Amino acid sequence: MKRMVLIGLLVACLFLAGCAGQQGSEGSAQGGSGSEKSCDSKNPPLFKDGVLTVATDKPAYPPWFEGGPENYSGFEGEVANEVAKRMDLPIKWVVEPFNKSYAPGAKDYDFDINQITITPEREQAVDFSDGYFDNAQGVLALKDSPVADAQSVSDLKDGQLGAQVGTTSLDFINETVQPNADPKVYDTTNDAKSALESGQIDAFVTDLVTTVYLRDFEIKNSEVVGQYPRNEQFGMLFEQGNPLVGCVNQVLGEMKEDGTLQKLQKEYLQQYLSVPTLKE
Amino acid sequence: MTTRGTGPADTLEPSSGRGSKMLGGRAVLVSSMSTVLFFAVIALIVVLAPGSEVVAERFFDPFHLRQSLLGTESEPSVAGAFLLNVYIFTISELLILILALIIAVVRGIPGPVFFPFRMVAIAYTDLFRGIPLILVLYIIGFGVPGLGLGVVSYLSDVTYGIIALVLVYSAYVAEVYRAGIESVHESQNAAARSLGLSRWQSLRFVLLPQAVRRVIPPLLNDFIGLQKDTALVSVLGSIEAARAAQIYGASQFNYASYVVAALLFVLITIPLARFTDHLIARDKRRRQAGTVA
Repeated sequence: MKRMVLIGLLVACLFLAGCAGQQGSEGSAQGGSGSEKSCDSKNPPLFKDGVLTVATDKPAYPPWFEGGPENYSGFEGEVANEVAKRMDLPIKWVVEPFNKSYAPGAKDYDFDINQITITPEREQAVDFSDGYFDNAQGVLALKDSPVADAQSVSDLKDGQLGAQVGTTSLDFINETVQPNADPKVYDTTNDAKSALESGQIDAFVTDLVTTVYLRDFEIKNSEVVGQYPRNEQFGMLFEQGNPLVGCVNQVLGEMKEDGTLQKLQKEYLQQYLSVPTLKE
Repeated sequence: MTTRGTGPADTLEPSSGRGSKMLGGRAVLVSSMSTVLFFAVIALIVVLAPGSEVVAERFFDPFHLRQSLLGTESEPSVAGAFLLNVYIFTISELLILILALIIAVVRGIPGPVFFPFRMVAIAYTDLFRGIPLILVLYIIGFGVPGLGLGVVSYLSDVTYGIIALVLVYSAYVAEVYRAGIESVHESQNAAARSLGLSRWQSLRFVLLPQAVRRVIPPLLNDFIGLQKDTALVSVLGSIEAARAAQIYGASQFNYASYVVAALLFVLITIPLARFTDHLIARDKRRRQAGTVA
């Protein structure tokens, strides 16, 4: 008799599994083909009519963002402001935690600008604008750290490295450095900073600009050991298939051509980019 | 006791005679049909939801389920990281059992001389039951290393995590022990003392064995909670299952890794839950047998 219960359960499970499997294949087939739609720049498709709704994480860190969410400046703040200005729209800032930015479902903003690196894997789930900044990884250490004098990536192998979760810095550690000890992974830049200051990690890897900012304003006796470009670019994140990407790319193209992007980079990021490059 | 129920499926039905008679042929049919219907309705709701395709792809994609379980060159394996949860859980559980028992016993020592000890035990349970675990983790895990105090400040983050778990869970488990000790009737202690056992002997050989046996189910319940809370240790830097899932999710923009981690936690919780049920049932049988005799 009990067998019947088991058979019943089995049937239910198979039913569920069948549905799930089917859904999975349909979903992924749909994945790649969203971004080809064109955008009418006279009448852009917006989340909310008449205003460009832009998201970023909170807290937002300088020099990417300066000031408050009423009127962000800073490099990314100004890039978004400039995009809005050229589209002839007022801008409205909203908060989007990084870990939520790739959740399924409709997004309640037009795009998210939050030092998000464009990768092919991520493009399966969202759409990115063209890159607006060439990012390099930076390695931050205390001056008495065992890796403080590292000249090359292989000099970092023996150190205890740390990074923030979800960053391509973690990919850099795992793929490029391949350290002997597993890296430590923290929720926020602040946690990694505490761990660095108290000696739990020998070096903290994050984007170059943030390492220089931490060195100059936050962590005493620290130094940026070096930078390592990995051909990574930051892009704005859109809901997959959102035709607005086309309009924003057009504006970004203009900003690159007329030197606005370089001007903003010089204004906000210049002091952060002069760091020796690590050898292989 | 009856001689029924020697098959492996014995645990599926209540051990007393009353329930098993009700599960006749018709009952089995009804129960299996209602089971199928129940899951079919849920499946239908999920399938008909407007975003079901995206959710299926983002949470249940077989490729991502497998890849996150096994890991890649740049993302840690969720299964491998889960071993750290098991390690943390095992060590913490042993330490908690010991520390909590000490606290519970100290709290129960009578006599005015021991007032300060009782006070410390009470203050301890009040304090650590009151603070959220994640805050204790931050205070211990980032605070103590920051002090620069020789050996104490240079432990691994996993060690700090275990210390925080032990501090918080010992406060809970001490209360469970105390409830058990207080549930043993006063006459037991009186009888033991009148037989010439000292206060400690009475506690050790008469009160505690009865108390501990009674609180095993709630103890195991707390340990199931502990198993899950090992995931919080990741805030201090180590890559356990939930963190490995987060790393995978952030890099691949897919949540299947979270589903994998959740399944692993369930997988290790179920045996403990069934074991708890088994102990409760056995205890019930014993007590019933006791009253008859």
